[in-house]
Amino acid sequence: MKKLSARRRHPLAAVVVLLLALAATGGLYAAFAPAGKAQADETAQSLGITEGKKLYSVGCASCHGTGGQGSSDGPSLVGVGAAAVDFQVGTGRMPAQQPGAQIPRKKVIYTQAEIDQLAAYIASLGAGPAIPTKNQVSPGGADIAKGGELFRTNCAQCHNFTGKGGALTHGKFAPSLEGVDPKHIYEAMQTGPQNMPSFPDTTLSEKNKQDIIAYLDAVNGDETESPGGLELGGLGPVSEGLFGWVFGLGTLVAVAVWVAARTAKAKKS
Amino acid sequence: MSSQDIPEENVPAERASDDHGHGHAPVVVADEQNPFADPGLPPHEHRIQDIDERAAKRSERLVAMLFVLSMVATVGFIASYVAIPNDKSIFVFPLGHISAMNFSLGMCLGVALFSIGAGAVHWARTLMSDVEIADERHPIEAEPAVKAKVLADFKQGAKESALGRRKLIRNTMFGALALFPLSGVMLLRDLGPLPGTKLRHTLWSKGKLLVNMNTNEPLRPSDVAVGSLTFVKPEGLEEHDEDFQKEIAKAALMIIRLQPEDIKDKQELEWSYQGIVAYSKICTHVGCPISLYEQQTHHALCPCHQSTFDLSDGARVIFGPAGHALPQLQIGVNAEGYLEALSDFQEPVGPAFWERG
Amino acid sequence: MSTTTTSDSRPSREKAPAGERVADWADGRLGIYSLAKSNMRKIFPDHWSFMLGEVCLYSFIIIILTGVYLTLFFHPSMNEVQYSGSYVPLQGQLMSEAFNSTMHISFDVRGGLLIRQIHHWAALIFLAGMFVHMMRVFFTGAFRKPREVNWVFGFLLFVLGMFTGFTGYSLPDDLLSGTGVRFMEGAILSVPIVGTYLSFFLFGGEFPGGDFVARFYSVHVLLLPGIMLGLVVGHLILVFYHKHTQFAGPGKTNNNVVGMPLLPVYMAKAGGFFFLVFGVIAAIAAIASINPIWAMGPYRPDQVSTGAQPDWYMGFSEGLIRVMPGWEINLWGHTLVLGVFIPLVIFPLVLVAIAVYPFIESWVTGDKREHHILDRPRNVPTRTAFGAAWISWYFVLLVGGGNDIWATHFHLAINSITWFVRIAFFVVPVLTFLATKRICLGLQRRDRDKVLHGRESGIIKRLPHGEFIEVHEPLSQDSLHTLTAHEQYKPVEIGPTVDENGVERKVSGTQKLRAKMSKGYYGEEGQIPKPTVEEYKEITSGHGHH
Repeated sequence: MKKLSARRRHPLAAVVVLLLALAATGGLYAAFAPAGKAQADETAQSLGITEGKKLYSVGCASCHGTGGQGSSDGPSLVGVGAAAVDFQVGTGRMPAQQPGAQIPRKKVIYTQAEIDQLAAYIASLGAGPAIPTKNQVSPGGADIAKGGELFRTNCAQCHNFTGKGGALTHGKFAPSLEGVDPKHIYEAMQTGPQNMPSFPDTTLSEKNKQDIIAYLDAVNGDETESPGGLELGGLGPVSEGLFGWVFGLGTLVAVAVWVAARTAKAKKS
Repeated sequence: MSSQDIPEENVPAERASDDHGHGHAPVVVADEQNPFADPGLPPHEHRIQDIDERAAKRSERLVAMLFVLSMVATVGFIASYVAIPNDKSIFVFPLGHISAMNFSLGMCLGVALFSIGAGAVHWARTLMSDVEIADERHPIEAEPAVKAKVLADFKQGAKESALGRRKLIRNTMFGALALFPLSGVMLLRDLGPLPGTKLRHTLWSKGKLLVNMNTNEPLRPSDVAVGSLTFVKPEGLEEHDEDFQKEIAKAALMIIRLQPEDIKDKQELEWSYQGIVAYSKICTHVGCPISLYEQQTHHALCPCHQSTFDLSDGARVIFGPAGHALPQLQIGVNAEGYLEALSDFQEPVGPAFWERG
Repeated sequence: MSTTTTSDSRPSREKAPAGERVADWADGRLGIYSLAKSNMRKIFPDHWSFMLGEVCLYSFIIIILTGVYLTLFFHPSMNEVQYSGSYVPLQGQLMSEAFNSTMHISFDVRGGLLIRQIHHWAALIFLAGMFVHMMRVFFTGAFRKPREVNWVFGFLLFVLGMFTGFTGYSLPDDLLSGTGVRFMEGAILSVPIVGTYLSFFLFGGEFPGGDFVARFYSVHVLLLPGIMLGLVVGHLILVFYHKHTQFAGPGKTNNNVVGMPLLPVYMAKAGGFFFLVFGVIAAIAAIASINPIWAMGPYRPDQVSTGAQPDWYMGFSEGLIRVMPGWEINLWGHTLVLGVFIPLVIFPLVLVAIAVYPFIESWVTGDKREHHILDRPRNVPTRTAFGAAWISWYFVLLVGGGNDIWATHFHLAINSITWFVRIAFFVVPVLTFLATKRICLGLQRRDRDKVLHGRESGIIKRLPHGEFIEVHEPLSQDSLHTLTAHEQYKPVEIGPTVDENGVERKVSGTQKLRAKMSKGYYGEEGQIPKPTVEEYKEITSGHGHH
């Protein structure tokens, strides 16, 4: 401890602390980042509603009521449908950890099989949108450009041009769509989780949704090209301005210091 | 001006001691009298390159190397331009998937230019003389004699022109000069039409169907679910129309559905249809399409300046810089069961203006 | 260097070298020898901060060069076309020719994207450079007589640069810039009485119409850059004519300028610096994307994206408009849109506040002499505090302008940031002013101690009676001179208002104000008296031989 305190005034101490802090933050983020896709277990489907009900009474009933009728702590789940359950639990938003402006995406704690059971149980309480099939969300053959136009009309106002996310009122936010499973995007449009409005098939057709998902995959996927170089978060002029000041003007000032500095003198001795 | 009457003593005296030595070699010797006196330019010290020819050679080689590097980079630029396909994408850590052409051209150009600069500066810093020279300054103001001459010349010229005496000429000339720019101002008139009442009307009128932007189909009430958000345009307006941009800039509409009992405003309820309400999408602040609708709070936020409207309470402003509520469109259902407008907006949509009233 | 091959013993009949003959020819027509006489060996002082203006000049040249290239491909038209270029996510979309041609430049002209990015990055750096250059001039007092006119030229360049940037940003007609133009329409509409007419004349009718891109284009490539070019030339001529300022130091007086000659040192350094600036900007354009219009899509007035911001130099005006309460007055059938119009009026005032400062200061000091020795910011606490307050004000507004990005990245609520900015707009500049002034006075005290007692050497000595002292080394005369070279004004006194005969003298309000300001600047609270020779001698003689 004494050694540590002796070194804390070292010029590099601040750098070390900063690095540690960054590593810790990064680690936390990694811990909270969405987990890998849990594979759907086809056989678990047969366990059906009974298993789902068991899971429900352990993990959900305290807020949503024993029969899904809702309470002061959570809304009624009657009629929200399997898609809503798959989205909420599949993205880790449910079960919620703590109250706040908005319930964020976090580590998924149920397996896909358990989620399917939960979904089956909730779906049995009242009719609602079902979990879309692989074929429904698959971007194959979709019109990317049309998807872009639809995205700019319906989604970009909250989620930004290419789905980088944005701010809403009082600390709420539209999350980034980067790395979100297409199925969950589809379900979100269908069910309108939390404060997001829903875009049911009657106003935004299945084909429209597929186009949007294909567009997102094209502009915000793993392989998306940013021809100009660093994307700078895709946030527009704020990050560009910051970059221009720090790296543009910063570099030029450093160069100017070199240009104007006196050349080292030959020291006699 | 009042600055003339400043007492002389408030302006500090010119530094008494170091003022003897104006000119380029202030040779005020460190004296007993004034330890703060200007000791004059410090003697020149040699750089390594000045006394060691080998060091100078090294500098020379470095400068030449930089210039050669620049040439190589320019060749690289040309080679990249010719050889790389324009649509080729490469992965460069940590930049991501980027255009190979843009990256290689930019880097080559950057290196080519930077090396020229670095070479020139290194040359100047290490091989050119670094003896500091002092140059004398001269006052900007003219000598009194020059000033007197100019003033006299001016008086002479003014007198010869007789501008002061022949007032008629002077006044008419000023009049002519003041008037002629008006022709230029006149010419600006045709920059645009007069506003008239154009800002008061939109494409909406009685019987116009509400057409879904996404599907290009008219909407039925049953299509619109509680908590959903839909954008509509007036029937007959197509994207490839000549004045689509101009018309949609006013007519854009957002449709939401509330539980009728959640609607707090009486008029909003009257103008709605089974809880379906239609509000202008154009912010009343400066005209951004406002559509960040939070379905649980029924608030709509503007992404540009964060004006917030309560869509369950007549879209009144609850936060931000907007000055008035979003205009609501009165809607109903036609005989075929499609949603239709019952009239145009009752007030101008979009930002407020002087004639709005 | 070693190319002078002619020997000294050249017969007078022999022809002069080719270069000399060309120069003779030019001299006979342009008088270049007289021009070169005073300028070829012109002296420039060395200091990195004196090169900030060059950053601006060079980025301006880069912008012009790349801008000319872009005009070869850009179509300033709002005619609607269907995109058929190589960027897949937009194929088949309707867009204006302006957007289409910008897409063409970005994806189908080889190197077009690079030039576009250099143009835009250089513009951001140009404005940032001007901002920093202006602050350098401000904090060192380089704006004092005889350079006030050049200060105004520079200020105009900054303002015109902002508008040239804004018009350029609007040209591609993409969804982001279109939103900015729509904002501009709203702002113009808010102008009382004539706003609606102005808007209709600017857009050729209702927004967006089909004219604004072509109109902005001629403003962006001809009108504003033309004026700026003239101002830049004037700015440079004045820099040459006044000769550069310098910091105080041994051998540097108000009547000389110490440094290296233009030929060859500054020719190489300044010329080389152009290439350095161009090289850095080209590399940045290779590395970082800017204004990716393909990701934003073409403009449609019914579409929008969150995070809609202008480029950074317009950010403070964005802040003003975002935090303003939504005041609107309806009277006699007319609407006064204060919620938009007040920010529109404050916007130029923020800039004017800093622009008029030199004239206020010269009025307070009443000093009519030329100043060529720069101030150290600490030695002019009130000016430094004012400048720092202005910068803090500007940055508070920048925070307001990016409140949504701040909210998402720091997990804050937009509403609390907006309220913070509303309060900080009034409070932060005052706090910054007070804090900066105190810091300056503290630094002045330290300088005074250093002069009188010498530099702390870090060597601790134990005296025979047990006391520990730190050894202070006396400063060299160079340092003594540098630290005491600044002038200190005395506050202006109004003097007795009643003369010896009891007749009251009239004192105008402005005179009283001036005396009050002068006291704030140069009174006891405004500066620490610099050490005098007597003080120094008394202390040093006390230590030494006695």
